[in-house]
Amino acid sequence: MTIDHTAKAEFEKLVKANMKRAYYTALGILGSHDAAMEISQEAFIRVYRNFDKYDRQKNFFTWYYKILKNLCLNFIRDNKRRKEENITGKDYYNENIFESYEQKELNQKLEEALLRLDIEDREIITLKEFENLSYNEIAETLGIAKGTVMSRLFYARKRLAENMKGSL
Amino acid sequence: MEEKFFELVEKHLNKEISNEERNELDALIEKNPELKTELEEQVRIKEVLKKMSFKNPSKEIWDSYWLGIYNKIERGFAWIAVSVGALILIVYGAIEAVNVFMKDTQTPGIIKFGTAAVIIGILVLLFSVLREKIYTFKKDKYKEVQR
Repeated sequence: MTIDHTAKAEFEKLVKANMKRAYYTALGILGSHDAAMEISQEAFIRVYRNFDKYDRQKNFFTWYYKILKNLCLNFIRDNKRRKEENITGKDYYNENIFESYEQKELNQKLEEALLRLDIEDREIITLKEFENLSYNEIAETLGIAKGTVMSRLFYARKRLAENMKGSL
Repeated sequence: MEEKFFELVEKHLNKEISNEERNELDALIEKNPELKTELEEQVRIKEVLKKMSFKNPSKEIWDSYWLGIYNKIERGFAWIAVSVGALILIVYGAIEAVNVFMKDTQTPGIIKFGTAAVIIGILVLLFSVLREKIYTFKKDKYKEVQR
């Protein structure tokens, strides 16, 4: 599908305005820099291919996030399958994704605890705690009620605390 | 746990809780002392999360982010053009070859019939597979998720 110059310029503007949020959200879900870079870019390419369906009355990131989440799920499943079938390939998950100042050990534990959560918990923690989205923005992005955002955050943090037992 | 508790916990964690809401939270804890442990746990994990931030990729990576997307889109179109062109040439070549073969008076009729049957069979198989793929693509709402 080809799009005209105006739409192409609009697409470029949207990529540049949303690329950091896209990358960091994917990083929180996937736990790997390379995978987050690859998947967040692939999601933008899918957006480009369906740009004629973009409803400008709605939030761009909400639409983009649905595509990104599906690609993240595919990636996690493919990666799991590759591991189960002992297919060698690039080893994602061997990197530290957090800034490390004086608390390197804590970073490592948090990263491990975060990656042990399921994707639903990881996404809501990433959006709130690392991306600092408001409750309303999270509700819109995930298509759930504001009250549900709060309860899901509560239980996600609780499970994260359980995964970090002994380090808190 | 009731929904009000989650809301008050969030306000407490964000330090946006009013005195009235503080009293409401205290009342809920008084009614169910287990909530105090839950609240303390939330405060502890929130403190840890507050200190954490993701590593920021270098400026060069951000500068090349858009270019990476643009190149992939451009190459995608190039591959489509190459594939469509190749397909047209292969189909044209195949039709021409079949025509020459069928017009050849030296070839026995039974061989011509056998060749025609094989070609028709392959075309029907291709059509059937293609129709099934299109049907699955249209009906499967989870098509983006690989199983």
